[in-house]
Amino acid sequence: MTLTLDAPRIVTTHPLLQVHHVSKSYGSVNALRDVSAIAYPGEVLGIVGESGSGKSTLLRMMNLEETPDTGSYTLDLPDVEGNLFDLDRFARRMLCATRIGIVYQNPHLGLLMKHSSSGNVAERLLVAGERSFATLRAKATAALEASEFPLDRLDAPPIELSGGMQQRVQLAKAIALEPALLLLDEPTTGLDVSVQALVLDTLKRLQQERRITMVIVSHDLGVIKTLADRVMVMKGGEVVEAGLADQIFQDPQHAYTQQLVHAKL
Amino acid sequence: MTLHALTKPWEPMSYGFLDASAKREIRRKMIKAIAVPGCQMPYASHEVPMARGWGTGGLQVSLTLVNPSMRVKVIDQGADDSVNAASIRRFIARVAGTPTTMDTLDADLIQSRHRIPEEVLREDQVLVLQVPNPEPLRPVQPNMSIARQMHADADYGRMWLQLYEQIVRSGRVMQGASYPSLVHGRHVMTPSPIPRWDVPKLHMAKHLTILSAGREKRIFAVPPFTRVEPLVFSDVPYKVEDHADLTCHRSGTRGFFMNEIPQDDGTSVFEVSDSAWGVKAIRRRDGEEVALGETWYKNGKMPS
Amino acid sequence: MIPVLDIEGLSKGFTLHHLGNQIEAFKDISFTVGAGEFVLLKGANGAGKSTLLRTLYRSYLPRAGVIRFHSDDGPIDLARAADIDIAHLRRTEIGFVTQFLQARPRVSAEAIVAEPLRLHGIPADEALIRAREALATFGVKQELWKAYPTTFSGGEQQKVNLARALILPQKLLLLDEPTASLDANARAALVSRLEELKAAGTAMIGVFHHPGDVEKLIDRVVDLTPDFIKSEDRIDVDL
Repeated sequence: MTLTLDAPRIVTTHPLLQVHHVSKSYGSVNALRDVSAIAYPGEVLGIVGESGSGKSTLLRMMNLEETPDTGSYTLDLPDVEGNLFDLDRFARRMLCATRIGIVYQNPHLGLLMKHSSSGNVAERLLVAGERSFATLRAKATAALEASEFPLDRLDAPPIELSGGMQQRVQLAKAIALEPALLLLDEPTTGLDVSVQALVLDTLKRLQQERRITMVIVSHDLGVIKTLADRVMVMKGGEVVEAGLADQIFQDPQHAYTQQLVHAKL
Repeated sequence: MTLHALTKPWEPMSYGFLDASAKREIRRKMIKAIAVPGCQMPYASHEVPMARGWGTGGLQVSLTLVNPSMRVKVIDQGADDSVNAASIRRFIARVAGTPTTMDTLDADLIQSRHRIPEEVLREDQVLVLQVPNPEPLRPVQPNMSIARQMHADADYGRMWLQLYEQIVRSGRVMQGASYPSLVHGRHVMTPSPIPRWDVPKLHMAKHLTILSAGREKRIFAVPPFTRVEPLVFSDVPYKVEDHADLTCHRSGTRGFFMNEIPQDDGTSVFEVSDSAWGVKAIRRRDGEEVALGETWYKNGKMPS
Repeated sequence: MIPVLDIEGLSKGFTLHHLGNQIEAFKDISFTVGAGEFVLLKGANGAGKSTLLRTLYRSYLPRAGVIRFHSDDGPIDLARAADIDIAHLRRTEIGFVTQFLQARPRVSAEAIVAEPLRLHGIPADEALIRAREALATFGVKQELWKAYPTTFSGGEQQKVNLARALILPQKLLLLDEPTASLDANARAALVSRLEELKAAGTAMIGVFHHPGDVEKLIDRVVDLTPDFIKSEDRIDVDL
């Protein structure tokens, strides 16, 4: 029993990301049911929920790895028009390579484990058409440096690196082309708590320095609390609650959110 | 009218060994391959009396193209007189009644394994290259279905990454033979295991090149006057083998691709790889009137 | 007096689903704050003083009522404003000061204090200079400026926190017991900074454990004790 919020009046910029009324079912399982999400430029949108809540499916859709049964997805960028779910495979690949970066929980999904770390970052640039070795090397190094990756390990293959370092390589790869949108799928889950804090700190610093729009998915409220400006709570493929991060954590409205927040505290 | 008048007498085999339908299929696939330069076209790859992997792909193309007036040359690693080359040459001559030659200038059809002759090929000549592995993406993408999708999308980032990795790890591009090359600005192909030395010969060449893999059942082509550009970084130039300053110890010819022949004392001597070119050079040195064609490389340099 | 905030009939309660009950925090509150005015919230423990501040900041969602804020972009009802508008106003016009610092690992004290200025578009080097001035004002020793506040004592952290929260002049400042556990010097610095801001036109609503600390700033007292709801008095608070 709260007040219905108005449409934005002061902030007149368009959201960078808009997902509207997305539904997806696998057989009889409804993975997503009429889910909508927006993110404004420079904003960090957090999505929390337990496993099976549909949060990762939603994120994969934002990375155009999956197509919903119904719904639309737009990015407010020059030369990017219409419902992105309608793009063909080629256009999707180019869009994802140049405008969207992603960091997966499992580095095997995002990295070539036996190639060099710098090569993993360079691949992004190669896909975008960079053909100078010196430029590739310089840009890959810069991206790894921005991700606070130790440069003496530049050419070490990720398979020889610790989990935290692997995530930094993923992050460097994701930001190498200065994407408009950075997607993070449980980026610190499975890392030691101290390593987790450092990776989160790097993310926070990058976000502040570059004002990248981020969508971060996690079941860990601490991660969301550290990074997100706004939070969406998902359960069983639906959004049960959305709001400013501090409001969700301090004054959760929905029974499920209260349970989640109290379980944390 | 009798049945005899309507039919041909029994013959032991079709002209050129392959039956008419097989040749028709290969002709159609060759036309497709020429229409989309560098793009691999699947074909049936019939049985020929030779083991798969020994040039059956090239042989089927040669058998499809030959007619009794075409002069055929077959080379293996540059040599006309190796067992494999001699056998294939003899087989084509037997089943198609074609004259044969070892001189590149006289040949109408050249079937080759791993080399392109040193003398410039003309518009009226066809080069058939035997291909063991037609898929340049295989080292980076073992799943061939995905590899085909990557070709369709011109998604060659991984190929470039492979070169990047080689430079990072070894300081230079390690790829020797089968150097991946972009054909007509669209498809990346393997030029078959020819040395890096030979790849520039395909670029804007006057002749038609057909590449055929019998075991893998793929045909692709480089039509005349088509761009063939080895994948290289803009600031790391393409390098051919360091053979420009080597001299053939038998013919004295210099500035061509050489075979290294190790000696008992640990040193090496070199012998020109294109044996027909070496033979002609020796005959000319010995005072014979021999026509030497124009070569792609001049003084060990490929004119750009 | 230029109005900054008009609160009309504001109510807040909490529904605790797992207990199946409702808690009422405050009901039907109305008052107005003008530019340069300092309003002290008063009331017994649990009367909802902090809850009201958080509701005004929209950390809590109100149940009913209107919070009309006269922003630079025109009046807007904070009770119903879109999240993105609230986020914008928090960056530009509405400040919230608590006694708790949200320190981040590997961010120096001066960088934390300079951050609101940088987000506001002030060049990084100028922001840093002003941040150092603020740290000095609140009595943070110079050798700590480049250190990470995560390792500071509670008192030092709080000084960094205040320096950060008060560095950017804002239109409305919500103060939630900022003086708790401050030493006398820092408290004096805080009061003088608040004075400065007040003189510059910042409207303030505050909850203080010891209102005596800010006695000279108080213009009005709003008593949230249920019997006295809506009672507004001039400065006659029981200090």
